[in-house]
Amino acid sequence: MMNTFAKRFEKKPIGLRGTQGAVTEDDQITDAAWGSEAGFGNLVKGTHSFNVPAVPDPTAFLRMHTDDHADPNCRIKIQHGTTTLAFRYKGGVIVAVDSRATAGSYVASGTVRKVIEINPYLLGTMAGGAADCQYWETYLGMQCRLHELRNKERISVAAASKYLSNLVYSYKGMGLSMGTMICGWDKTGPAVFYVDSDGTRLKGDLFSVGSGSTFAYGVLDQGYRWDLSDEEAQELGRRSIYAAGHRDAFSGNSCNLYHVKVDGWVYLGNYDISQMHYEGPGDVPGSTGKGYGYDVRTGHRFSVAAEAVTA
Amino acid sequence: MPGMAHPQQHQFNPYSENGGTILAIAGADFTVIAGDTRQSEGYSIQTRYAPKVFRLTDRAVLAVNGFAADGNMFVKKVKQRLEWYRHAHAKDMPLRAIARLIQTMLYAQRFFPYYVYNILGGIEDDGTGAVYSFDPVGSYEREACRAAGAAQSLVQPFLDNQIYFKNQTAAPGQTHPCHLPLPDVLSIVIDSFTSATERHIEVGDGLEMYIVLAKGRTLHGMEGLRGAQELSTQTDGERVFVVRRELKKD
Repeated sequence: MMNTFAKRFEKKPIGLRGTQGAVTEDDQITDAAWGSEAGFGNLVKGTHSFNVPAVPDPTAFLRMHTDDHADPNCRIKIQHGTTTLAFRYKGGVIVAVDSRATAGSYVASGTVRKVIEINPYLLGTMAGGAADCQYWETYLGMQCRLHELRNKERISVAAASKYLSNLVYSYKGMGLSMGTMICGWDKTGPAVFYVDSDGTRLKGDLFSVGSGSTFAYGVLDQGYRWDLSDEEAQELGRRSIYAAGHRDAFSGNSCNLYHVKVDGWVYLGNYDISQMHYEGPGDVPGSTGKGYGYDVRTGHRFSVAAEAVTA
Repeated sequence: MPGMAHPQQHQFNPYSENGGTILAIAGADFTVIAGDTRQSEGYSIQTRYAPKVFRLTDRAVLAVNGFAADGNMFVKKVKQRLEWYRHAHAKDMPLRAIARLIQTMLYAQRFFPYYVYNILGGIEDDGTGAVYSFDPVGSYEREACRAAGAAQSLVQPFLDNQIYFKNQTAAPGQTHPCHLPLPDVLSIVIDSFTSATERHIEVGDGLEMYIVLAKGRTLHGMEGLRGAQELSTQTDGERVFVVRRELKKD
């Protein structure tokens, strides 16, 4: 599969009438498209072929039109900017993410779901290209199901993450952009793997990915212990995403929180970042009942605004 | 002279931007999907009537914005896949399945993207109104409302305020409604486009609003609506209507 895939991208000298695109167009219509296997059905037989522009260097073409880091005026904007985190502790895995999507300085969406529910016991997080993460983690979910049917046993988190890692590695240099954490609970206990589109795959206890990751790490590192209680762990996840949402302009809006336990994940809820600043996360386990904001905690005693009022 | 044998093409730029704006709002048991009809390139108007909103089935309407040639081709292919689905299954594809189909079709072009922003609106199997919005390579999300295109940054904040009641505080003892009634939604859509026409040069000429009603829903809220034209194939299922309005042409 890899070889046939790689062949598609071999550089061929093309004339002015390079019709590579037009030829592959017909090849892409399979029986699967006719209905009974519609959609993902055709992927079961292996990765389907992607249409590639008939130019000497397809990657340069894609970069020219989609990379908004190099050129903010390019037409196709791929969503960037994120804070995601996941950590392992005695009670399972906590997964917390923000919900902001930005295109340049425009907030394209404040309701993005950056945790991808691969199946009832595996979660993936989304950083980088939204479509890349959504599509390939959905595809991973199908492969995990096939593994279950073939082996009469659930796939390990290590195997699932390696499947994804090998898959994105086969596209290396083609412009995929994803930084993800695959989280779950298998025979070995709670597990977190970091996988990105460069081909990196790391096993670890604690990861944070995205433009706001440095801010999240700050809170996460000072509060992290292996023997955290469930309430403390959930609060730490929430508080870390709040910190990133507060300090990173490309992160914010709200926090989605998940807890992976022995028998699969549970969705704990959506917490508004502004609300957490002023009022706290509400009546939830682990909450102190107060806002996270600096002014809220210091009672305005040291703020510039307070001095102006008293003067 | 070996260098003369093959002419070299240095840039391949198959994309253009054709302006315009699209918009969709979901209600409790209806969805409104709208778009203006101006098509432009740079500062010149190519046509004053180029539809950007298309009926797919009796319960699904697709709005496309961005590069018109890609958009028209994409809609054509989606319609073809939906026709094949009907032949194979003797029923229309459910809305959430159309959304996933659109994702796979867009992602198939990951390395040669359709330069198109899609908004899919219609009625879900459970009878609720739904809006799905997509990026050009297929990431998607279900929402209550979404604007895309040239005037996205003018219209979306207005929608956030009027639909989600962002930065609005409810009167004491009262709460904001969860879903707005149809006449309110139609007024918001018309106001969005008349305002975008005033402040954005690529928006104007005409407005097409598609209204999808859930199965069994009465025409309540459409009584005063001038010139609504029914497009549905039957009257006992979900129903689709189109309403056309003029927008300023300068």
